Amino acid sequence: MSEQFLTSNTGGNLPFFLPPPFQDWFAKNGWKPRPHQLELLARNQAGQSTLLVAPTGAGKTLAGFLPSLTELSARAKPGPRQRRKGIHTLYISPLKALAVDIKRNLEKPIAEMGLNIDIETRTGDTSASRRQRQKLVPPQILLTTPEQVALLIASKDAGSFFADLQTVIFDELHSLVTSKRGQLLALGLARIRSFQPGLKTIGLSATVSEPDELRRWLVAQPPEGEITLSEFVEINGGAKPEISIMKSDNRIPWSGHSARYAMEDIYAAIRDHRTTLVFVNTRSQAEIVFRSLWSVNEDSLPIALHHGSLDVAQRRRVEEAMARNELRAVVATSTLDLGIDWGDVDLVIHVGAPKGASRLAQRIGRSNHRMDEPSRALLVPANRFEVMECQAALDANYVGAQDTPPLQKGALDVLAQHILGTACAGPFEEDALYRETTSAAPYAMLDRETFQHALQFVATGGYALKTYEQYAKIRKTEDGSWRLTHPRIAQRYRMNCGTIIEAPMLDVRLTRKNGRKTGFAGGPVLGKIEEGFIESLSPGDTFMFAGKTLRLEGIRETSCFVSDAHNSDPQVPSYLGGKFPMTTYLAESVRAMLADPGKWHNLPPQVSEWLEIQKAKSVLPKSQELLIETFPRGDRFYMVGYPFEGRAAHQTLGMLLTRRLDRAGAHPFGFVATDYAIAVWGMRDFGEMMLTGEMPLSELFDEDMLGDDLDAWLDESFLLKRTFRNCATIAGLIEKRFPGKEKTGRQMTVSSDLIYDVLRSHDPDHILLQATRAEAAYGLLDVRRLGEMLARIKGNIIHRNLEHISPLAVPIMLEVGKEPVAGDAQEALLREAAGSEYEKLER
Amino acid sequence: MTDALAETSLITGSQFCFRGNLLFLEPSGILYWPAERLLVVSDLHLEKGSSFAARQNLFMPPYDTQATLETLAPKIEMLQPETVISLGDSFHDRDASARLPDEYRQQLSRLMQGREWVWINGNHDPEPPRELGGIFCQSLQVGNLNFIHEPHKQFTQGEIAGHLHPCAKIRRRGKTVRKRCFVSDGERLIMPAFGAFTGGLNIRNEAYSELFEDEKLTVWMIGKDAVFEIDGKQCVR
Repeated sequence: MSEQFLTSNTGGNLPFFLPPPFQDWFAKNGWKPRPHQLELLARNQAGQSTLLVAPTGAGKTLAGFLPSLTELSARAKPGPRQRRKGIHTLYISPLKALAVDIKRNLEKPIAEMGLNIDIETRTGDTSASRRQRQKLVPPQILLTTPEQVALLIASKDAGSFFADLQTVIFDELHSLVTSKRGQLLALGLARIRSFQPGLKTIGLSATVSEPDELRRWLVAQPPEGEITLSEFVEINGGAKPEISIMKSDNRIPWSGHSARYAMEDIYAAIRDHRTTLVFVNTRSQAEIVFRSLWSVNEDSLPIALHHGSLDVAQRRRVEEAMARNELRAVVATSTLDLGIDWGDVDLVIHVGAPKGASRLAQRIGRSNHRMDEPSRALLVPANRFEVMECQAALDANYVGAQDTPPLQKGALDVLAQHILGTACAGPFEEDALYRETTSAAPYAMLDRETFQHALQFVATGGYALKTYEQYAKIRKTEDGSWRLTHPRIAQRYRMNCGTIIEAPMLDVRLTRKNGRKTGFAGGPVLGKIEEGFIESLSPGDTFMFAGKTLRLEGIRETSCFVSDAHNSDPQVPSYLGGKFPMTTYLAESVRAMLADPGKWHNLPPQVSEWLEIQKAKSVLPKSQELLIETFPRGDRFYMVGYPFEGRAAHQTLGMLLTRRLDRAGAHPFGFVATDYAIAVWGMRDFGEMMLTGEMPLSELFDEDMLGDDLDAWLDESFLLKRTFRNCATIAGLIEKRFPGKEKTGRQMTVSSDLIYDVLRSHDPDHILLQATRAEAAYGLLDVRRLGEMLARIKGNIIHRNLEHISPLAVPIMLEVGKEPVAGDAQEALLREAAGSEYEKLER
Repeated sequence: MTDALAETSLITGSQFCFRGNLLFLEPSGILYWPAERLLVVSDLHLEKGSSFAARQNLFMPPYDTQATLETLAPKIEMLQPETVISLGDSFHDRDASARLPDEYRQQLSRLMQGREWVWINGNHDPEPPRELGGIFCQSLQVGNLNFIHEPHKQFTQGEIAGHLHPCAKIRRRGKTVRKRCFVSDGERLIMPAFGAFTGGLNIRNEAYSELFEDEKLTVWMIGKDAVFEIDGKQCVR
């Protein structure tokens, strides 16, 4: 059998070789290999790395594995006495479940072709003995997760384990690269490449806005800021999805996220389809929607709930029932986002705003997993602004817009973890590790000095005060290499490695209502819930979880005990606000829609009429303008702005504005931020202060607020403390918590807040504080976005001083009072608590 | 006595009349007794940060001793007490004093100079470092008040203790605030932990249940620059 040729999409002939068993297998099934599958094969056979971008249902998995399967089919499986080679192919997926799923999918063609290839999975669920055996007798294809890769490269025999590695396949690469997991994996890949410089990579990705970022990620970057890209294969098209916005006869609320108004409509849609996936943005939204659907479930349709906090066994049951097509609907959060195959889904319903055109496209891709048939999807906006956002997303999807976020620079806490992991495997040379690090795309621009700081941090904490020399974790030896000082450090590393920092979670155990003070009977575990949430409750409070209303009975060790409150209404709402910010692209579309009545014809009459009234009573800003409205209400004065930049950016803006207003003598009391707007209130007439020139708007919104004001506020922000905790844990300063294995006794640990305070006042330039600020500026506070907005609105601010609240302001005014007061709120609450005593005494 | 009254204008915080003695509970977490010119500080846990490096190669910022002394020093300089009682767990572990950098050792000596300094033994430092000077004892009686590290289970009138690192949590308007605190039922007073790296134990924890008469409980929660006296009934778990 000789080589064949394929014309690549860049022109030119590509030779490839598809062995006879494969040709027969395709033919026997009545298929033909698709061009992109052959191109990936040809590129791999030519020693090239390739990014494949394709919509769901395009046969991505087979395309990714075809090169390895064909190569391995020609090899004889080593006999029991022969020396085993290391692994041939490494497949890495962001989800454990996906690795398991892929194994099932590959075993079928392998069996049908009679190939002798062994495939194994290795995840956190794999037993220790099996993992040990895999190191001694490696399978030819290993399916695993980023965390396992980090563990493998930190082991002493990493070199021989990877020595025979030919191909690394990254599945769902677009989702891997946007997080710290992806950064650690990029460093891991650089490490593996140092063992096996000739290895080829294959990236499988959904459509992204900047494929070049992923192409860089897949190959070693040369020094001196040059850029190398992998090969690129893209498949466009698939049938256009049929998306529409749910029509409801009920009134669409001004604000809120539950979409209760549309439950009967959603239920009707479920009844009219075979299997429906109902996507929501947060866990608590999932709980509310699930409950509401069952309250109208007259036909008792099998409708299930699926989110990451539920007990694993329960999730598996739902997944299996789904695969057997026994369910009519599943209400799910993003746990189902990624490429797992789900039976016969013929409708996707998205409750709440999709927050990004790309996210929406992917979720919709869950329905009808075949490329040539259109997916069907219904959007259910929960409030009026969301109606506009949904319509904008819908327009975006039709034009195929992509708005995945730009990749971040590699984080320093992740680098610190990787350096220690490298040392756990064996001694390393500083120069070589620096070169290796900068060959990973996220760290290509890392300068030597910063690398040095990270190294010092790992060795002795990297403090200005050098007192930990004698306790160093790694030390430079006489031959110039860095070595681990004690084997127990490697053991601890293995316990703590990884970048997924979960909020401390408590098991939720169902028990009977209990009048006694202590001693709860053990009960079934319903799932896990954030410790912080439970701590804000008192025994007796009710909340929603696992589709039930539960009453908190008490907390003991790592469990919280709850009893069934039967279907009473929960007292504690658990919605924590939008999880994802609206993407810049979508925000732009929403602003454009607001400005142009010509685009309103697709909006429901309730919404377009609302906008008409706004136009009459106040004004609708043009798409590059920022509208500021001021008006009195009750005994306060309000200022409302509509930047549409997402909650994170607005919250930062709110903090900075209140500081400025305070300095201008406007006595602001507080503010509230939503995804769309921001409202500030206080004692003085803001509008008059602006009109008289006492407080010019241009100064209030000047870009310089991102300078000193931001720094001053940042340092005290609780958001930064939370970010610090994550960075400190990833960097190995704080050890992860292991529920059940924790030593009891409060003095065994130091709270990260205390560490943060001490570090900030005594070593403000410490590398962990640098890492914390960098991360917060990007994510939590969205400073980048705020900066872009301030630049955009310069000279484009319009002000309306109104006598009454405007129609557009109604939604955010309904949020006032639900948010914590800014600044010294804690002191105010304490003063109040103390004051209530004095009042009693005086009486 | 006139001196003592003059000082009271310098001191912030809450006044508390404890078994007939006027005490000041100060926002930094110290207690001052003007009549005796006595300052009390509890649970300094000096060199807690470096204990993690010594035992587990975990590199906490090595500045906690500095931060703790920097908070304590101005109080001593301002009030010029005749006696300072460090109420136990002054050092985080037996080797803490050996790890104490010279600079801080000297700073500590300067603070001790010209006054009586009493080290009460704690469970973390059952044998405090003799080389630092001062008086070492298990407990100390001054007037009708008794200073000891670990509160006695058996009821003891007029006891001032530390050890438990009390903190209190209140809920108002759906928000919770948790702060270090002084706590007393009028018979016994427990001091907050002063050290920069010391955590807190909620006064609703079982550890307190045998020590206080719940009905009479008052807490003094420590805010930014003030101490807030709050009825124990408002405190939640």
